[in-house]
Amino acid sequence: MDRVIEQTKYLIVGSSHAALEAINAIRMHDAEGSLTVVTRDAHLPYSPTVLPYVVSGKSAPERVFLRDEDFFERNNVSFRRSAGLAVLHADANTAQLADGSTLGYEKLLLATGASPVIPPIPGIDSVDYHVLRTLDDATGLNAAIAGANNAVVLGGGLVGMHAAENLVKAGAKVTIVEMGPTVLGGYFDAAASGLIEAAFREAGATVLTGSRVVGLAKSATGATVTLANGDTLAADLLLVATGVKPDVGYLNGSGIAFEQGIVVDDQMRTSIDNVWAAGDCAQAKHFFAPRKQVNAILPSATEQGRIAGMAMAEDPGIKAYAGGVPLNTYHFFGRHAISVGSSEVPEGGDVVTRFDEANGRYLKIIFDGGRLTGIFGINEYFDGGIMWQLIVRRIDLTEIRDRFIENPLEVGREIMSRTWR
Amino acid sequence: MGRAFSTIAFDPAKCDGCGDCMRACAQAKTGTDDVARSRIQIVGREKAFELAMCRQCGDPKCVSVCPAGALNKDGDTGVIGWDASKCVDCLLCTVGCAYGGIALDEVSGHVSKCDTCDGKPACVPVCSKGALKYVTTANIYNEVGDWEDLFAPGLAGCQGCNTELLMRHTLRRVGPDTVLATPPGCVPGMGSVGFNGTTGTKVPVFHPLLTNTASMLAGVKRQFKRMGRDVTALAIAGDGGASDVGFQSLSGAAERGEQMLFMVVDNEGYMNTGMQRSSCTPYGAWTSTTPVGVGCSAGLPSQGKTQDAKNLPLIMVNHRCAYVATASTAYMEDLYEKIDKALEASKRGFAYVHVYSPCTTGWRFPSDQNMEVARKAVETNFVMLWEFTPQDGLHFTKPVDDPLPVTEYLKVMGRFRHLSPEQIEHIQGKVVENMQFIQRFSEQAHGC
Repeated sequence: MDRVIEQTKYLIVGSSHAALEAINAIRMHDAEGSLTVVTRDAHLPYSPTVLPYVVSGKSAPERVFLRDEDFFERNNVSFRRSAGLAVLHADANTAQLADGSTLGYEKLLLATGASPVIPPIPGIDSVDYHVLRTLDDATGLNAAIAGANNAVVLGGGLVGMHAAENLVKAGAKVTIVEMGPTVLGGYFDAAASGLIEAAFREAGATVLTGSRVVGLAKSATGATVTLANGDTLAADLLLVATGVKPDVGYLNGSGIAFEQGIVVDDQMRTSIDNVWAAGDCAQAKHFFAPRKQVNAILPSATEQGRIAGMAMAEDPGIKAYAGGVPLNTYHFFGRHAISVGSSEVPEGGDVVTRFDEANGRYLKIIFDGGRLTGIFGINEYFDGGIMWQLIVRRIDLTEIRDRFIENPLEVGREIMSRTWR
Repeated sequence: MGRAFSTIAFDPAKCDGCGDCMRACAQAKTGTDDVARSRIQIVGREKAFELAMCRQCGDPKCVSVCPAGALNKDGDTGVIGWDASKCVDCLLCTVGCAYGGIALDEVSGHVSKCDTCDGKPACVPVCSKGALKYVTTANIYNEVGDWEDLFAPGLAGCQGCNTELLMRHTLRRVGPDTVLATPPGCVPGMGSVGFNGTTGTKVPVFHPLLTNTASMLAGVKRQFKRMGRDVTALAIAGDGGASDVGFQSLSGAAERGEQMLFMVVDNEGYMNTGMQRSSCTPYGAWTSTTPVGVGCSAGLPSQGKTQDAKNLPLIMVNHRCAYVATASTAYMEDLYEKIDKALEASKRGFAYVHVYSPCTTGWRFPSDQNMEVARKAVETNFVMLWEFTPQDGLHFTKPVDDPLPVTEYLKVMGRFRHLSPEQIEHIQGKVVENMQFIQRFSEQAHGC
């Protein structure tokens, strides 16, 4: 090959939260170094998290973009769409892109996110189904909702529950099929999930937990869904929302360590020195577990992206990643749910719950000795960001424990203002 | 260059938890008295009140975790704005913010946050305790930041000294058409006269004797006038070089109305030569020549300086200078206004600016506390900020109606640590006396 390969100092693959934070972090320290962002998407940057709202129509698809072209111009960033990473040649420091071009890099960030997992259900290839991960998926599903009468949602995670709510509100008869014992099991305990399920049932949805789809077949109106117990459901709209996993076919043979995600150290560096990974594709330190995990949530993506960018630009202000903490917020039928921290009760730890069933309010706080390890609320508002800090700073609450349990909102703010203002 | 922004500042020591700010905010933003909906939240009990409010962060996490692009930091005002039409009510911003600065308003069902009421915060004026302030000093940075820095990039000052700030700001303001005189003291010690044959400033600078600063500068200025050149004659001298050794030439130049700006950096002693006392050193203060201890002064016990300080700026008022002012680096906007006026007055006559300048090394306080010490001096009326012109007389620019006890000032540094109750009583008495004395000047000027 005599052709001179186009070179860039920093190459970022992906254009969502982790990538955008990395751009900021790099430009904060290195205003000059050439920076190229490539993405498989055809659109400006957007968040996968906003997509359920595009489905519902709350967000107009043309107004969800997180940056405009001018942002890349101002930051002296070359932004290339429809140019996902096809094959990585880490030994040669080059990236072969889906648009056929090849880019040479000095430092590479893989922020390629995740793609829907398609469960190996017999017959799944014979039916039409939706997934929800890209903006085009969302606009497609938005259009399909209007004509749907009988919708089946596979998976009671955040994506599935959001979509199911939208389908209910659009007037469809909705059935949610979840394998686990409760919906949103990763974030909420049985009592909290029960409140959420009740809200769905009240609105007319059918929630089948502990239930599995064993077969799919094409029908005149769409698909026939067969459950493990033998029941069948007719679906004119089928949504597969059974989770996501990193889509890293490009790694093939590059030698970059991969388990459930791309394995990174606490500065987001992969097993290869000049390659970093961040966001939903990265398997990083976990705050509660000894093993590295993929913590595929938005706040982790931004944090990891920033750390990776600082590491790439050799910013001396870098701080090591404290470890992923499970965090989520969830709105359903006018109610809100917030979960911060681990839902597992540590050995010797204790749990305080407060359940006001009549008003649908639920609060659960988990302590390890004097320290907070998890807090979960339904229609019980507290500052998630402050709770997150209480957990990662391992602040001892022994002295004010009763007051904290009484009013985590106010007492949390007090501690914040005293401790890290 | 980045911009600086105005900000709402909270002093927990002054807050008594009355809640007026929350009521004002709830009224302004929701039209109700429901303080739970206020965007400023005072929390805590008894005497320990705390604040939860948007900090308008420079690197806002609420913005970076918003999936809908509904939050953005305004590049001109610094305020993080919330776009209701883009918000999806997901509450992720409340998880991103570590300060409780953006939170759910349970009545509206949306998040709400402080927007500083477009630069006129409703909470600040209703705070009768002075715990909330709207600090607009950022305007100085935004304006001055683009002016040329005329001082050497590196210098040899003590850590935490505010004199570098003073020199850089003053030189930036007066600009390149300036001749600078810096007599022996901390200013040349920090580098104004230069290193290795080059000057430490980008303007002509000279190093007169302590005794003849004002007369030499007067001669230089007159020669430039004769040549038809409009040049600012600026002196930056210490209190020793002005109130003791250099007083004769200073008084003479002021009496003759020489056209110059004479700035005194008053650190209350000869600090660069080993912290000897000057006539500006206050009563009771430790210096190397007013020691503390048994048998340390010719075999006699000593408890610091036994005389009161000379009030040099008042003496300059009695020269009927074109402009006289006292200033503090803890009040930069005030200082800037005074430098502007002094510069203008120096085109007509003698302008004198006396800046109180806490000395980290000589006064014995931690190097990160300079501004706090300077502020406490003003808040206790230990020093008073005022200005004088022959036309308008004397008036206070930062009047302190409810001064803190002087002990609040004395205790923040080591040079007063040894004081006996009698000595403290003497100092408090002097503070009151000085206040009344200057007050009379002020009243007469207003014809009362």
